[in-house]
Amino acid sequence: MTQLPPPSAKKLGLVIDLDTCVGCHACVVSCKGWNTENYGAPLSDQQAYGADPSGTFLNRVHSFEVQPEQGAAQLIHFPKSCLHCEDAPCVTVCPTGASYKRSEDGIVLVNESDCIGCGLCAWACPYGARELDAKEGVMKKCTLCVDRIYNENLPEEDRQPACVRTCPSGARHFGDLGDEDSDVSKLVAERGGFDLMPEQGTKPVNKYLPPRPKDEMPEFDILAPYLEPIASDGKGFVGWLDKALSSLPGGAK
Amino acid sequence: MHPATSVILFNTFSGLGFGLLFWLGMGALVPTGMSAFIWFAIAYLFAVGGLIASTFHLGHPERAIKAFSQWKTSWLSREGVCAVFALIATAIYGAGLVFAGTQLTLIGIVGGLASLGVVFTTSMIYAQMKTVPRWRHWTTPAMYLTLSIGGGALLSGQVGIASVLFIIGGALQIFAWVSGDGRFSASGTTMESATGLGHIGKVRAFEPPHTGTNYLMREFIHQVGRKHAQQLRIITIGLAFVLPVIFMLLPAGGHIFPALAVLSHVAGVLTLRWLFFAQAEHVVGLYYGKR
Repeated sequence: MTQLPPPSAKKLGLVIDLDTCVGCHACVVSCKGWNTENYGAPLSDQQAYGADPSGTFLNRVHSFEVQPEQGAAQLIHFPKSCLHCEDAPCVTVCPTGASYKRSEDGIVLVNESDCIGCGLCAWACPYGARELDAKEGVMKKCTLCVDRIYNENLPEEDRQPACVRTCPSGARHFGDLGDEDSDVSKLVAERGGFDLMPEQGTKPVNKYLPPRPKDEMPEFDILAPYLEPIASDGKGFVGWLDKALSSLPGGAK
Repeated sequence: MHPATSVILFNTFSGLGFGLLFWLGMGALVPTGMSAFIWFAIAYLFAVGGLIASTFHLGHPERAIKAFSQWKTSWLSREGVCAVFALIATAIYGAGLVFAGTQLTLIGIVGGLASLGVVFTTSMIYAQMKTVPRWRHWTTPAMYLTLSIGGGALLSGQVGIASVLFIIGGALQIFAWVSGDGRFSASGTTMESATGLGHIGKVRAFEPPHTGTNYLMREFIHQVGRKHAQQLRIITIGLAFVLPVIFMLLPAGGHIFPALAVLSHVAGVLTLRWLFFAQAEHVVGLYYGKR
C-alpha cells in the first residue's frame, strides 16, 4: 500500500560527512556494481561508449563551490542518494502500490513487478533520488542495500550498504537513526547533522554532516617588524631624499 | 519539466472530451438516435483518445490495471477510477439516448459531474507537487476546469457560455502565469537549502556528477524554448481564447466559423499545455545549478 506506515522505531539510514568526502565516486561505482547484479532489474546504460552516454544510477556525487563572504571559496563534494524520508512524497503518489515504505525499518522500496513506470514518484521527490530505467521501464532507487544489510550469507563486516563499505575516506556511515544511542545518531548530534531541503517537509532520515571550519594560520613571523615599509612622512635625511626624488621628472609623488 | 507529447495530447483532448461529456450529461443538449451517437462518439474519441495517449509515456502500460488500487493516497489512481466511472455512467446515459430515445437524467448528471471529477483529479496530480512550485497553486485546478468546461461548451455549440468561460479562462491564465513566475523564488527552496551549505556562503554548482545527461535532467530540466515564453503566452491567449470568441460572435455563416473557433482553441490549448510543462521548474534542478 502507498499509505505511509506509522513512523517506525527503527529508522535505517545513512549519515554522509561532507567534511571527509573526497569526491572519488567509489560509492557510485560500488553502488552501481552491487545493484546491477543483485536486487531487482539491472541498472542499464545507454550508449555507454557512444557519443551521448547515459545510465541509471542510485547514487551520484555532485561537487559544489561555496564562496564565503570573506576568504577563499571551498569545494565540497556532495554524494546524494535516497534519503528514505519519513514523510516520503514518492510513496503516496504511486498509483499502483509499487512504492512503499517498510514499517519495520523505514526503508523506501519499489516492488518492480507492480511498477507501471509512470514516473510520478520521481516528480514528487525533491532530491532526484529516483530514476526510471530506460531499458526496464521501471523506477529504480536506493534500497539501502536491503539485500546486504540483513544477508547472513555475507561476512558480518559486509552487512552494510555497498557505498558505506567501499568509501575509502570514511565519509559514509550506516545505522539506526531512530535509536538515540546509536553511533550514527551520536555523530549527528555531535557534528550538527542537517536535513536537505527541510522546507519540503519530507523529514529525511539520512543526515549530512557539515564541513568543519577551515583552519586559520596565526600570523607568526619574526622578521615582520624589520620589514615594515619606511614611513612616508619621514623626517631628516629620509624626508629630504623622499622630497628630492619626488621632485625629479617622473618621480613618485 | 519535460513537455512530453503524449501528456500534452492527453491533457488537451481528454479535457475537451470530458468537458463535452459534462455538458451532454447535464442535459445542455439532448440529442437522440443517430445524432446522439455522433455526439457521444466525438466526446469519447477525445476523452478516450487522450487517455490512451497518456499510456504511451508509461514504462509498463500492460500493468495499468494496477493503477486503480491506490485511490486512498494517489491522485493518479483517483483519476483512473474517476475516468472509468465517468465513462461507464455517460455510456449508459448515451445508450439510453441513442437506442431508446429516453433521457436517464440522474445517470446523466452523475456521469457529467464525474467527468469534471476526472479533470479535477488530473489537475491535482500537478497541483499536489511541492517540488514544482509553479504548479502548486489553486490556479492549476481552476484552469483545468475552466478550460474543460469552456472547451466542452464550444464543442457543444453553446456560444454564450463558451464566450464567457473563455474570457474568464484567458484572465485566469494570465493571472496563473504572472503569479506563477515568482513562485519558485517564493518557495524558499534554494541551492543553499538543497545542499545545507548556505551557512558557509553562496553555493555554485562546480561539477556535475557525470559528463553526460541522465533521466533527471531529461525529465525535470527543460530550458529549451523557454526564451520564447513571452511570445508563446501571447500566441496562447490569442489562439485559445480571443480568436474563438471572435469566431463565435461572428454572424452565423454555416459551419466555417464554428470550425475555425474549435481549431484555433485546440491549437491554443496545445500551446498552453506545452508552456504548462516547459515553464514549470522542478527543485531538483538546483542540484545541477539549473532550473
